[in-house]
Amino acid sequence: MNSDLIKNLSYSMRRIRTVEETIAERYSEQQMRCPTHLSSGQEAVSAAVGTVLRPTDLAVSGHRAHAHYLAKGGNLNAMIAEIYGRVTGCARGKGGSMHLIDESIGFMGSTAIVGGTVPVGVGLAYSLMMKGTDNIACIFLGDAVIETGAFYESLNFAILKKLPVLFVCENNQYSVYSPLSVRQITSRPIHERIAGLGIDTSHGYGNDVLGVHSTVSQAVARIRSGNGPAFVEFDTYRWREHCGPNYDNDLGYRPDDMIEKWTKEDPVARFDAHTLAEGLMARADIDAQQRDIDAEVTAAFDFALNSDFPPIEEAGQHIFADKPSEDLQ
Amino acid sequence: MTTRTFAQEIQSGLDVALASDPTVLVFGLGVPDPKGVFGTTSDLQEKYGDKRVFDMPTSENAMTGIAIGASLGGFKPVLTHQRLDFALLSMDQLVNNAAKWHFMYGGQRSVPITIRMILGRGWGQGPTHSQNLQSWFAHIPGLKVVMPAMASDAKELLLASIFDPNPVIFLEHRWLHNMQTETDAPATNNRAPLGKAKVLQTGDAITIVAMSYMTIEALHAINHLEKQGVACDLIDLRTVSPIDWPTIEKSVRKTGKLLVLDTGFKQLGIAGEIMAHITETCWADLSVAPARLTAPDFPESTSPALTKDYHVRAEHIVKQVGHMIGKDCSGDQLADQRASSMHDVPGAWFTGPF
Repeated sequence: MNSDLIKNLSYSMRRIRTVEETIAERYSEQQMRCPTHLSSGQEAVSAAVGTVLRPTDLAVSGHRAHAHYLAKGGNLNAMIAEIYGRVTGCARGKGGSMHLIDESIGFMGSTAIVGGTVPVGVGLAYSLMMKGTDNIACIFLGDAVIETGAFYESLNFAILKKLPVLFVCENNQYSVYSPLSVRQITSRPIHERIAGLGIDTSHGYGNDVLGVHSTVSQAVARIRSGNGPAFVEFDTYRWREHCGPNYDNDLGYRPDDMIEKWTKEDPVARFDAHTLAEGLMARADIDAQQRDIDAEVTAAFDFALNSDFPPIEEAGQHIFADKPSEDLQ
Repeated sequence: MTTRTFAQEIQSGLDVALASDPTVLVFGLGVPDPKGVFGTTSDLQEKYGDKRVFDMPTSENAMTGIAIGASLGGFKPVLTHQRLDFALLSMDQLVNNAAKWHFMYGGQRSVPITIRMILGRGWGQGPTHSQNLQSWFAHIPGLKVVMPAMASDAKELLLASIFDPNPVIFLEHRWLHNMQTETDAPATNNRAPLGKAKVLQTGDAITIVAMSYMTIEALHAINHLEKQGVACDLIDLRTVSPIDWPTIEKSVRKTGKLLVLDTGFKQLGIAGEIMAHITETCWADLSVAPARLTAPDFPESTSPALTKDYHVRAEHIVKQVGHMIGKDCSGDQLADQRASSMHDVPGAWFTGPF
């Protein structure tokens, strides 16, 4: 096993966890004034996909996008400043937590409407196909996206045109408080139903970062070689409430034994146990990673809090562009 | 000089755009089919290949999002809907993505897409094939809405829409496709400015503001009024968002009277918006209450028996102008002239099915 990969996966998951938990810790200060959907518990899929993708690959996501943005290489300072509504934010304070963007590393945007970026990602893949590179587009989506019309329409077109696009479905089993069973049939899993549409499909355990990495690496290799689109589904679990910094286990919409099981299946702790047991990383390496991350995250929050708010004149700006945008590099 | 139709001018605009810029894409249901969307997309796939010009799945919403994604990736897609009513399935992508992308990421990247939608009236189009919902799109900040009337303007407005860096809704009235213009240079790449109206007739009696097919009815009415000694300003909006307010205000300050013609429903429409704006900005100049002629506030029926009084025609405009200037103007002759064709077609030449 490549030791850089082990370190990168470990670092990426730990960094996402630390960012999300710091947001949760400081959210009650009422300085982050936007709906915020945390990814704690779901770090493995993002970290693994992030290490497989190149900076020149393009990605889009939905409302729970922090982990995707960070794993793709998105600027941490700009993300935290965006959540704080500052002019240094990645969208100059116009978008908040649900509208992240960092085009410099190919993170082309996340939006708040479930399924809304799926066709956008397929359109990006069409542009990549036209340009004739072997870069791909990656669309992060949740299990509720499987219920939208835009998803099936987009999938059909991607398959029809053999577009270089990877659909990454994180199945965390709940849409807000609604379990999968009231929204879809559960007798046949998502990936089996999607396979019936004629797309290259894989499935894996979403809290096993190495397993996700292996599945995604193979799928991406097939896409790059001209095989057309691929759909991967990973089972995982969000720890905290749908939107906000708290745990909501007291509401009773998720069974206690389910919460307990998935909490034990913490993807970060799970991988740490594996790397320590196999001698792939030492405790000192892990501690050093955490120290670096803590320093970076502290600096990012300081950056955000020390940044200016956007001037009021910007409220009505950016409705129309005066000139064409520069093409992506 | 050759005589060309509005539809041929649209086709020529697409042809010029595809030829001059390799990032232009043209797609939509039926684009390469034998009818070529009323002839507006004929021969383009043969010329530019099936990667740049293509038919599409019946997936209006996703195909709009795919157009947005392709535009973010450096292309200029032109998506065509044979009916505006079909495009209602794409409102999420239009409103939440296309109109917002530039704004919600702080001005980083624009969405240069053009969405052609064909709308109309009459000949049995009925409740869901005839809706003129320009006000829906014009209500959304971040969308430009173009509604050409004259065949001589169609191509330049389409080219301006395609090469505008923003999302543009381009609304073509089916009754205009056979209108004609004289042109001697089909390959020109001239572009009309968006957001600029055109004064087609000048006169002191009243300001008539119209868009799309209503401009044609207005021209017939004004021609008739001239014979009765009444000269009107006729402003063809060309773009219903943004609206060219200075041109309208200047005219109303001269005439003191405003009549707005709208192809859409009366309630909360473009005509109402123009009346409200002029009431706010030109109150002291107005000598009579502004008025509008629009479709009524109920859907169009299919049977010709139920659409007899549905459409605004030139004779209604003549009568309304007479009422506003205090003169008894008759439009009966206009109605008589059309007696040879039914009320629900642009002319006897139109035999359907669209």
